[in-house]
Amino acid sequence: MPDVTLTVDGKKVTAPAGTLLIEACKSVGIEVPSFCYYPNFSLQGACRMCLVKIEKMPKLQTACTTVISEGMAVTSDSAEVKQARKGMLELLLGNHPLDCPVCDAGGECELQDMTFSYGAAESKFMEAKNHRDEQQWSPVVYFDRPRCILCYRCVRVCGEGMDVWALGVQNRGVTSIIAPNKGDHLECEECGMCIDICPVGALTSGAYRYKTRPWEMKHVGTICTHCGDGCKTTLGARRSQTGLEIVRGDNRDKSGTNGDFLCIKGRYGFDFAGSEERLKQPLIRKNGRLTPSTWEEAFELVGKKFTEIRDKDGGASIGVIGSTRTTNEEAYLLSKFARTVLKTNNIDHHRTADFPALAAALRGKPEATVSMADVFTAPAILLIGNDPTEQHPLLAWQIRNNVRLHRAKLYVINSGPIKLRRQATSFTQIAPRAEGKLASFLAGDDAASDALSGSGTNNDKEAWIGLRAQLRSEQNLVIIFGSEIRGRAITSLVKFGSSIGGAKFIALADYSNSRGAADMGLYPDLLPGYHPVPISSSPFRDEWGDIPHDVGLDLPGMVEAARASKLKALHVVGSNPIGRLNIDPFVFSKSFVVVQEMFLTETAVIADVVLPADNAYEKSGTITNTCGDVQLLKKAGDISELKSDFEMMVRIADAMGHDIHKLVPFGGGERADVGFSRGAQSGEADRHAVWLEMQGLEPKLSPFDPIAILDEIQRLVPGYDVSRANLVAGNSQHTSLSKAGPSTQQNPELIIPANDNLFTSGTLGRYSRALKSVLESHEIKPAEVAAD
Amino acid sequence: MKFSEEFEARFAEMVTHYPIKRSVLVPTLLYVQDETGFLSDEVIAEIASRLDLTELDVRNVISYYSMLTTKPRGKFNVQVCTNISCMVRGGEDILDHCKKKLGIGNKGTTPDGLFSLEEVECIGACSWAPAAQVNYDFHENLTAEKIDRVLDEYKNKGTQ
Repeated sequence: MPDVTLTVDGKKVTAPAGTLLIEACKSVGIEVPSFCYYPNFSLQGACRMCLVKIEKMPKLQTACTTVISEGMAVTSDSAEVKQARKGMLELLLGNHPLDCPVCDAGGECELQDMTFSYGAAESKFMEAKNHRDEQQWSPVVYFDRPRCILCYRCVRVCGEGMDVWALGVQNRGVTSIIAPNKGDHLECEECGMCIDICPVGALTSGAYRYKTRPWEMKHVGTICTHCGDGCKTTLGARRSQTGLEIVRGDNRDKSGTNGDFLCIKGRYGFDFAGSEERLKQPLIRKNGRLTPSTWEEAFELVGKKFTEIRDKDGGASIGVIGSTRTTNEEAYLLSKFARTVLKTNNIDHHRTADFPALAAALRGKPEATVSMADVFTAPAILLIGNDPTEQHPLLAWQIRNNVRLHRAKLYVINSGPIKLRRQATSFTQIAPRAEGKLASFLAGDDAASDALSGSGTNNDKEAWIGLRAQLRSEQNLVIIFGSEIRGRAITSLVKFGSSIGGAKFIALADYSNSRGAADMGLYPDLLPGYHPVPISSSPFRDEWGDIPHDVGLDLPGMVEAARASKLKALHVVGSNPIGRLNIDPFVFSKSFVVVQEMFLTETAVIADVVLPADNAYEKSGTITNTCGDVQLLKKAGDISELKSDFEMMVRIADAMGHDIHKLVPFGGGERADVGFSRGAQSGEADRHAVWLEMQGLEPKLSPFDPIAILDEIQRLVPGYDVSRANLVAGNSQHTSLSKAGPSTQQNPELIIPANDNLFTSGTLGRYSRALKSVLESHEIKPAEVAAD
Repeated sequence: MKFSEEFEARFAEMVTHYPIKRSVLVPTLLYVQDETGFLSDEVIAEIASRLDLTELDVRNVISYYSMLTTKPRGKFNVQVCTNISCMVRGGEDILDHCKKKLGIGNKGTTPDGLFSLEEVECIGACSWAPAAQVNYDFHENLTAEKIDRVLDEYKNKGTQ
């Protein structure tokens, strides 16, 4: 678009033609206030706060609906404009209860800010304010009608942004109200975006309301631990008796890939951290009962038993199950700990996508993957399998809004009528479990088309060939596939992609660090970076030393070994295989089982030692989303009695007499200051720390510092050599699979989808009161039952 | 849900008048209401599905327009104007008189289901104020006696 030049308050502004005046002003630092205007949503012109004077126009104009034109002369801060805005505020405040001291939004309320700026606190109205009692619309959404200023933001974010359309405006004039879709309650995806976007305290969160004030919390932007999309959620943490308690999750920090978006789990699902069922003390089985003990006793016992078993029966008699929610550093450390300390390759995790197959197929193909941010700008998208609306809410948001705002073409092929078909340029229903055949067909095997159309669908062969031709004619197609596509189907799909200019891939896995678990080598036959066991020429040989040569046991293999009494010990870190994967709990009755876990899960109850662990919101490190974007996890909550999985692994290695310098290459600590010189010298120490960080020489003084392992990851795991400065600054950094190791073929049967929906989150979700309450309200739907 | 053939023919034709389907919503609601008396949940669901709207969308529009109703009304809906011209010519007295005569308040319905009463804004009959509208018929230059006669006529018509 050609540029247009105008003047605002005497300042020259140049912006592309078609830009809204309010945005043009913003681009040069002139703030035009508004309530109803929100970028990327339809224009409303409802609040009249953005009135400005435009020369040659008779009245004040709304900057949010005026498109700039050449030579326009605008005044945004004259007495007339200020008076108009003050008048608008007075009208808005006409019925607004001044209950700021108890309102959740007090302190971060846009109406409060505007009233301070324009000084309309005194009202000429004498009429009594209309009061209505607060209404509960769902377990997590409350509506306080008199506070509403009818900006329609919630209506638009729910409809246009989420494609849910659960909010509307009813009646007219002074009796206008925001109304939920089911009369007195909401039936929706419970994302809570209406609460975040509300400029006042009219919509409030059931999980947070009346708990604390914004300035009493420390706000930490960290990565959500629920699904594989990697949204940034801002956790509000407040001092508690045991450390820091997380009291709120929202989207205050909009710096993540997710921008304005956050789903129910990122917003309300933090409360598992404060659950009363959290384990707070190590447990040791004594006389058949799990008995509270001390950390020292627990580490000593685990160290002694692991050493005994390793030395007597060999490392191959020990099994290790890693987590899909711990940090990359912890996954990497576990992989290293298992192979170099326990001397076993028996290591696995709950697999939900076939990343080894993707790594093998994309080897040597640079720029063949995309980040979550790119999904919002891609010109064309092919989605095979999965239901992102339920399982990857951010991905669904990116796709939906890309279609809405950039008119991207969306091709959906699914065995069910998933919701994203509403945005699709083309939706094709495929027979259940025929996705693998589809990959062959796309790659050129015409015979495979016969199996594609199920009984309920009537697509003929011609239609499939037409669809394939259309897909081949696209440029820069982003191919997104669920776990339905695995093994050889991934190879076929990548082959199909290579016939399309600029095609890129995203494989969808279900847990927050499923990708990291795969990248960090939680496989019996793969080291970090998809280097196959045994170590041959890989760089690991130099840093790790000797590791067992034989390929280890996968999860079913370990279960079989346990059944045959050959698995003497099992070390489970942040995983619940017995609860989630239908494993007979009695199989491990003869094994020494150590479980690092937050709760007494089905797996923890059979353990001989249970070590209570921090969760992702209580530690730092990095985490990789399903697209391969690495992001920094920041510590928000804190429970002083607990330890991170990282620390526990190092302590166990230490108790086994292993040289922990070899496990975690932390520094010597002679020169740097760890904070012992507080007081008069502290400023000097802090400045020194800042300098160290700038030079990439963070102290890394502690064996429990994950940054020391991050160094090793960045050195040894292909694709992870991303900008440390950007990573530490909180930006997402995309990793590439092109230089990964040759990888190996995996048994596709080992992939077991989590099958979570919007309101469930594996074992974790069971400990979230908010998620449970929403789940229950959606299952029962009392209003519908009661209606006659 | 079944509507009359006449309505269906009209709807099929109306829908072609607009570039966007939802634009036909208001006239559709009016014609349906003429047929069904009020807009029931069932009607709302039907119209929403026909026009690819949510039920909430349809309810939002209904709540905006005072001539659309989701509650049953009497057979004859007496709408008395009390806007400026009618007010200065005694419209409010007419309304009060109706309330007394019918024994119901504003927006009420008589127990026999014959009459509903409603105070309305300007109905565009200022030249003949005070005026009232019963269903689609206008009655002008009203006096207490005249409105009595009008209501009696309707009563006869309704009870025949």
